[in-house]
Amino acid sequence: MSRFIPNRGDHFEKMFRVIGVEGISDLLQSIPIKYQIKEDLDLPDPVSELELQREFEGYADRNTGADKICFLGAGAYDHFIPAAVDHILLRSEFYTAYTPYQAEVSQGTLQAIFEYQSMIARLTGMEVANASMYDGASAAAEACLMAMRVTRRQRILIAGSLNPRWADVVRTYLKRDDFEINEIPFLEDGTLDLEIAAKLIEGGTAAILVQYPNYFGLIEDLQPVAELIHEHKGLLIVAADPVALPLLRSPGDAGADIVIGEGQSMGIPLSYGGPYIGFMSTRKKLARKMPGRIIGRTSDRADQDGYVLTLQTREQHIRREKATSNICSNQALMALANTVYLSLMGEKGFREVSNQCFQKSHYLQQKLLEIPGVSSIFADTPFFREFAVSFPVSSLEIHDRLMEKGFLAGLPIVELGEGVMLITVTEKRTKEEMDLYVKFASEICGRME
Amino acid sequence: MSNIPEDLRYTDSHEWVKDLGNGEYKMGLSFYAQDQMGEIVMVEFPGLEEFSAGDTLGSLEAVKTAEDFYAPFNGKVVRVNAALEDEPALINEDPYEKGWLVVIATDDSSGFSKLKSPTEFSEFIGE
Amino acid sequence: MKTIFEMSSPDRIGSSLPLLDVPASSSVPPNLERSGKIGLPEVTEGQVMRHFVNLSTMNYHVDKGMYPLGSCTMKYNPKHFENLARLSGLSGIHPLVPEAMAAGTLEIMYKLEGFLCEITGFEGASLQPAAGAQGEFCGLMLIKSYLESIGEKHRNEVLMPDSAHGTNPATSTLADCVIIGVKSNEFGEVDPDDLREKAGPNTVAFMLTNPNTLGLFESRIEELTSIVHEAGGFNYMDGANMNALLGVARPGDMGFDVCHLNLHKTFATPHGGGGPGAGPVTCTAELAQFLPEPVVIQNEDGSYSLSKKQNSFGRLLAFYGNTGVLYKAFAYIRTLGAAGLREVTENALINANYLKARLEEYFDIPFNNGPCMHEFVLSGDRQAEKGVKTLDMAKRLLDYGFHAPTVYFPLIVHEAMMIEPTETEGLEDLDAFAEAMISISKECDEKPYLVTDAPVNTPVLRLNEVQAVKELCIVEPLDEEG
Repeated sequence: MSRFIPNRGDHFEKMFRVIGVEGISDLLQSIPIKYQIKEDLDLPDPVSELELQREFEGYADRNTGADKICFLGAGAYDHFIPAAVDHILLRSEFYTAYTPYQAEVSQGTLQAIFEYQSMIARLTGMEVANASMYDGASAAAEACLMAMRVTRRQRILIAGSLNPRWADVVRTYLKRDDFEINEIPFLEDGTLDLEIAAKLIEGGTAAILVQYPNYFGLIEDLQPVAELIHEHKGLLIVAADPVALPLLRSPGDAGADIVIGEGQSMGIPLSYGGPYIGFMSTRKKLARKMPGRIIGRTSDRADQDGYVLTLQTREQHIRREKATSNICSNQALMALANTVYLSLMGEKGFREVSNQCFQKSHYLQQKLLEIPGVSSIFADTPFFREFAVSFPVSSLEIHDRLMEKGFLAGLPIVELGEGVMLITVTEKRTKEEMDLYVKFASEICGRME
Repeated sequence: MSNIPEDLRYTDSHEWVKDLGNGEYKMGLSFYAQDQMGEIVMVEFPGLEEFSAGDTLGSLEAVKTAEDFYAPFNGKVVRVNAALEDEPALINEDPYEKGWLVVIATDDSSGFSKLKSPTEFSEFIGE
Repeated sequence: MKTIFEMSSPDRIGSSLPLLDVPASSSVPPNLERSGKIGLPEVTEGQVMRHFVNLSTMNYHVDKGMYPLGSCTMKYNPKHFENLARLSGLSGIHPLVPEAMAAGTLEIMYKLEGFLCEITGFEGASLQPAAGAQGEFCGLMLIKSYLESIGEKHRNEVLMPDSAHGTNPATSTLADCVIIGVKSNEFGEVDPDDLREKAGPNTVAFMLTNPNTLGLFESRIEELTSIVHEAGGFNYMDGANMNALLGVARPGDMGFDVCHLNLHKTFATPHGGGGPGAGPVTCTAELAQFLPEPVVIQNEDGSYSLSKKQNSFGRLLAFYGNTGVLYKAFAYIRTLGAAGLREVTENALINANYLKARLEEYFDIPFNNGPCMHEFVLSGDRQAEKGVKTLDMAKRLLDYGFHAPTVYFPLIVHEAMMIEPTETEGLEDLDAFAEAMISISKECDEKPYLVTDAPVNTPVLRLNEVQAVKELCIVEPLDEEG
């Protein structure tokens, strides 16, 4: 007897009488007998709440990577989350509600997402934003499809310095014979090779997709990229890291037409890759070409402000095969997490998060470069929170040894060289932790020589 | 009862077409169709290009529905009703005059003559 | 209510960070630097809490009352599972740690793949799709990849009944296919003759929700799936209505080749006001070779790893899926076991049929030729004669303290109201809902203005959707700030 099901024997008796059947088998009559399962499914025996708690604590304990000092990033980041965020997410009113189809009883969700859209638009320097996508990578793919719809062109140029997992997702979504994806290589300093881009762009390119800062943490100057693609009447799609934006020129200011990105850094736990959230913002004139839900402000019959799902004719439930996307469920609760997080941090706090990531990552990079034999991969290109260095020993070796000391040292990128490691420093890392990192790394490098 | 002017011909996709006499044909949305859609809030026009019969010319958007409109026969779009860009609801207010959509030019008048007569259209929409 | 931006005042702050403990000696080059403020609110923690808690009170939600949205399966969301997903060992694990350091999560994922295969009668699974629509895309990509591998790449038609969810045609377009509609017959089921006529050498797949969106099990399912197989196509089951089949019947046994499940429907994970959900896909061994990367495998020594299928069609998300949601669905299946899952479906069916029986005197019920499955569709045609639309009745239900059913869907029923009570409602709740519906139907006869003016007991009155589109305001303008 389940603790989630209220009806019992007496209830069933009455209900069967009202329905006019003898029992459950009468209700299953439309399922052909040959397809009705005769035996129980082969699943483990059920457990009580207490037993399940113990079982889950076991799984949690076996995740030994969870309590390490995290210098690992590459698309998911260990940022501080104020306690108040989860208090709001745990309000039944938010998390047990459905998509706000009945606006009159969904104003909480609707207004919160309207505020989310506003914050995303402001952060990215754009005019409008949608209510969220699944994650940054799928948002990137949707942005490419949107650019192709807007320009009626079928070629996308993606930066070679785009997160490779994101590039995979874009390729998967755009896997069609009539679509073309070309990659713009990056120069020795890690920035895009715009000469090659200028050649690839010829003959009708829908958009350039560039990451900002890029996969290696490098801050690309977007303006020349924007100028190049705009000269050819295509769109600039920027995959922006929101935590970098308080410090960096906004993509909108630099000429972006669509900005997408991953919102995990803003109040969402690492949780082994999800649920995260993709954001998307664009210029007002492209609002109707956006995929996904959009919340708009309007008024009710008494002329008070209220919020509704709007521009719904773009969406699958109305436009069906002509919809701008097939997305239905999105990541609404994660949008709420972003909104509460950004409200708590505020203008100054979020800028401070950004600045601490910037300063601390530079501190660690400089200290590591003082170790004999350690070098920077991309020379003097400015970076944010994340940087690649080359150790004189195998980066896997560094990684494994530091793991013994309780550190997640970063992501070894052996494709760039045997000693290369991509290292991330968020505001959560302390000087003490970084000094220890340097000490251990220095010992390992010294011993190996 | 729908308003179905006698001097127009009609398509299966609920557009009306008017012969302007110089190889040009004006088209718009029938009273019936605009009434079904409700207030139209957005019109998307085609470029001034050649189209084949049945091609999608553009789309009309209401709050809970969106419908495309189609080329009734082969021809070139030579004018679009720019007034609708600011005031798409003209289609609802005055579907046969101020609410016209596009003008199509063609050398071949046979396409026009194949369209539905007012009587046929009236039967088609069940009135 | 005021927006958070309107509560802002300079120098307020709602969070605290440790002081910067390294020298602030680096700076962004001027040409790459942000100019001006972002425009984030400046408010205290207390103000933030008050703002969002006040907003929350304007929401209807499952913990407040019955939420009979058809095909959405708004069942109770167990509280324990929220705690479990938040255990720091599970929520604090980075997706790129070496696999051995995420052994607990991988074990959950591996077992969950197995559970879902057992429940649906399939051999392969991907937990990656973030929602049902992405699951559909995954399913079509599996089928297309297989077809390409056998030299049938030219196939480009997806068949679906006219009662299909909007995501089905939208997904087919995304997968570069054209949509061929298949008619429903007088019983509200797919017309096998029409399917036979339309299935052919270009068929990629037949997408079917079963039970269908009328809440009816497709009784000729064997015939339908065989027709498609004989034409060389595949059968895709949209698992939105899987709450009707748990432990009772399995898509894999009925000729389906692949299906997605909505964990946020059938497996009790919360909807979160629109997401995140999860839309895992299960499929036959034949299709499994093309599953998106990565999948979880168990090694000979009993450990778990992430692996890529040799012929994988690609990747749908940056990482492995909405893991936090997967934890909760796993917890649900562990809590219920096989008998508990069957009990879910049995109760869902009994509740739906009971409600239908209570309402059939007052509302038209098209295709009402016997018991329904977990949901049923009413038509508001009878009430429409009094000048009251289904939308009005939906709004009136809000006044009675209930959420409205799904309205105007499926498209093949006029003035449709699709009602799915779920198994977690008790007889008292069902009776209260039935009384409200009956009362509204009487209002339609006697005082229709009460219905057309509804809602009146809600935080806001009926909202102007035309204005929302025409005067498009989807972000707070920057200059209106205090």
